[in-house]
Amino acid sequence: MSTHSTASRLRILRVALVAAFAATLPLLAPGAQAKGTLVYCSEGSPEGFQPQFFSTGTTFDAASVPLYNRLVQFELGSTNIVPALSESWTVAPDGKVITFKLRRGVKFHGNANFKPSRDMNADDVLFSWNRMADDNHPFHKVTAGQTFAYFEDMGMKNIVDKVEKLDDYTVRFTLKRPEAPFLADMAMDFASILSKEYFDTMQKKGTPNAADVYPIGTGPFEFVSYQKDATIRYKAFDHYWGGRPKIDNLIFSITRDATARYAKLKTGECSVMAFPKPADLDEMKKDPALTVLQKEGLNIGYIAFNTEKKPFDNKLVRQALNMAIDKDAILKAVYQGQGQVAKNPIPPILWSYNDAVKDYAYDPAKAKEMLGQAGYPNGFDVDLWYLPVTRPYNPDGKRMAELVQADWEKVGVKTKLVTYEWAEYRKRSKTGEQQAMMFGWSGDNGDPDNFFVPLLGCEAVKGGGNVARWCNKQFEDLIIKAAQTPKQADRAKLYEQAQLIFKEDAPWITVAHSVRFDPIRKEVKGYKMDATAHHYFQNADMAK
Amino acid sequence: MFAFILRRIALIVPTFLGVTLLAFALIHLIPGDPVENLSGERGMDSERRARLLHEFGLDQSLTVQYFKYIGQVVRGDLGTSLTTHEPVLREFATLFPATVELAFFAMVFAVCIGLPAGIIAAIKRNTVADYAVMGISLTGYSMPIFWWALLLILFFSVQLGWTPVSGRIDVLYDVPTTTGFMLLDTLRSGEPGAFRSAVSHLILPSIALGTIPLAVIARMTRSSMLEVLREDYVRTARAKGLPYWQVVLVHALRNALIPVVTVIGLQVGLLLSGAILTETIFSWPGVGNWLIHGVQSRDYPVVQGGILLIATIVITVNLLVDLLYGVINPRIGHG
Repeated sequence: MSTHSTASRLRILRVALVAAFAATLPLLAPGAQAKGTLVYCSEGSPEGFQPQFFSTGTTFDAASVPLYNRLVQFELGSTNIVPALSESWTVAPDGKVITFKLRRGVKFHGNANFKPSRDMNADDVLFSWNRMADDNHPFHKVTAGQTFAYFEDMGMKNIVDKVEKLDDYTVRFTLKRPEAPFLADMAMDFASILSKEYFDTMQKKGTPNAADVYPIGTGPFEFVSYQKDATIRYKAFDHYWGGRPKIDNLIFSITRDATARYAKLKTGECSVMAFPKPADLDEMKKDPALTVLQKEGLNIGYIAFNTEKKPFDNKLVRQALNMAIDKDAILKAVYQGQGQVAKNPIPPILWSYNDAVKDYAYDPAKAKEMLGQAGYPNGFDVDLWYLPVTRPYNPDGKRMAELVQADWEKVGVKTKLVTYEWAEYRKRSKTGEQQAMMFGWSGDNGDPDNFFVPLLGCEAVKGGGNVARWCNKQFEDLIIKAAQTPKQADRAKLYEQAQLIFKEDAPWITVAHSVRFDPIRKEVKGYKMDATAHHYFQNADMAK
Repeated sequence: MFAFILRRIALIVPTFLGVTLLAFALIHLIPGDPVENLSGERGMDSERRARLLHEFGLDQSLTVQYFKYIGQVVRGDLGTSLTTHEPVLREFATLFPATVELAFFAMVFAVCIGLPAGIIAAIKRNTVADYAVMGISLTGYSMPIFWWALLLILFFSVQLGWTPVSGRIDVLYDVPTTTGFMLLDTLRSGEPGAFRSAVSHLILPSIALGTIPLAVIARMTRSSMLEVLREDYVRTARAKGLPYWQVVLVHALRNALIPVVTVIGLQVGLLLSGAILTETIFSWPGVGNWLIHGVQSRDYPVVQGGILLIATIVITVNLLVDLLYGVINPRIGHG
């Protein structure tokens, strides 16, 4: 046989293989989505399904949002607190006793190992709280290695004295001190209500920690299955107290890469996607198959001056550098116009936002003059730390740093840009070695206290959350008083004053509040974005 | 042969020690720690931080931590994930079949295309076919997996709509996991649609992951074949009047395969490291994806355990490849 004929056989084989491959591909194309099923392309795997243990948004989306409820909740789309598992509540005049009247007829889910025999009642509320609060509770350490991190981070042990059952449907929380943000805290994920009966049943079966692994809640969806790093399946809970969800099945398709999530949304493999890349938004908006929902973020991106270090211990310097920055240019270049310039440490979406506060206008000439008054007519050298990662409140730390560097250069301040790996960045920031640094915050709940205290309170200097290391007595008194004042209107006035002091003292440059986006397919109806960055699907429906 | 196996096994012990030390040192060298990771922007008071460090056993010196870890490993305990609190071994065992399935089909793709392409390039030396094969394989070798995978997704999935974007199977199929190998599980489920969906999900990741090994195999086959084709016994075989295909495929290829098999064995390590990127892009729920997340969250037990287990597999495969030489070419002894 000749070389030529061997080669031609091989060539024929090659062509046949390629043709076969190409012919098979269309047969393998992804199918259309089943009716009544909504697929959500989520950004990562949950750490577990027990909301008391964890503190990431990814886990909350997969656990506390679809599966559980709290005594109160945030009205979808706002930070207003509305009834959930409690129908009503009263706060004693001293602000230290809160009594919740529980909703009747609330059913728990069931699974192969557990069929609930009763409705949710006060025993479940006490159980859920006490297992976190009481170190000697029989279920406190039932799952090895787990801690109630969020409960501790929110300082609940120092806030709540005791929880009592007055009757099957009345629960009383007694606080150690008046704490107005407490209601908002109770709407947070860690305060989800678990089934006491379920944990007792699992304990009798000899596997108490199974109750922490296979979730049973009162939420709009029941847990079906989880394939690690791949899919989470839920089905609509027929007996949901808030009305059965419109869709029959909810599936989380875990897709870590944002480009892949977008591709899946385009091809219809999912109907809603989490966290789009800012660079893709323009194209998404032009796609007739997609709708890009947007919502003001409950966040703030800022540059903090270390007020314990020279030259930033001088208020004039801080004010001057505030004036030296062109925030509009930053918003355009870094946030691609998708956000708003910040003048307060809290976003406008939050009640008590003081719109009367006047921001430092961009005025390099005046900034230079003020630096002269402060004793720095020729400027100075400064290290500016910039974020090494994209955060919801700041999509591009480096770009922002470059713009700030150029702006400060104009007033004689020579800026050296510095950064560290993200974990290292945070670690160092807590020791106070920084001069000026970029940081930010996304609110945990809809209470202004959740911005002021962890970011600007004197205690937070020790904890490291207050990276400006700014401790202003007048400001501190106001935010503490506000936390202890029961009426929201009175609290708002105190926070408004606090914002004036903050602006005048200028421990930060408040840069921007970013906007969040949820791209969805046109078939999805009734989906509404949440204010606290969770993803709720109980009102969503799929058009035919 | 027996002595050879013993010698190789004896070598494995220091190799493992080296791997544990390296994995331990590397993850501890990365700035930050799991506790820091927990606190985020919020900050954490020093008392709670100290308590968590103690709970995770991170308050001890690195030497103590290392020897404790080695002690655990010797007892077969790779620890518990700091994120999910699941045993590392169980998590690995759940995810590893997905990686094996992907790596296997990537290798099948690489061998099925790379071997014939190399042979064609060798027998058609210095022709257009040769230049094309070598040019394409050089391009394939130089292509960053990340970029290549995205290109494949954008073209085949988004533009043409022929293949799904990512995952192992259409999420609408809820196939019970029995073996962990999706193709087998879907076959057992008896749903043809599910099997078809699993196959379609394998295509792009296999191509993305198999491209570099394909290029290496094609180039190695070509050069090895060229060498063998010049040998006297090949000339003799042709002079005897044997058909050309028989000379190439039986006489030459068998001998040319020895270095190729070595390369294929070495590609297993490459496939597992390549799987880390491929799995991330294709949301493939395997150990690569899991390891990346482990590194990001500074989940020390996951990273250390994962690297150790993968190293074990690579070392075992290489040992098997060494043993295979004898089978392919009896002239190679292991005495």
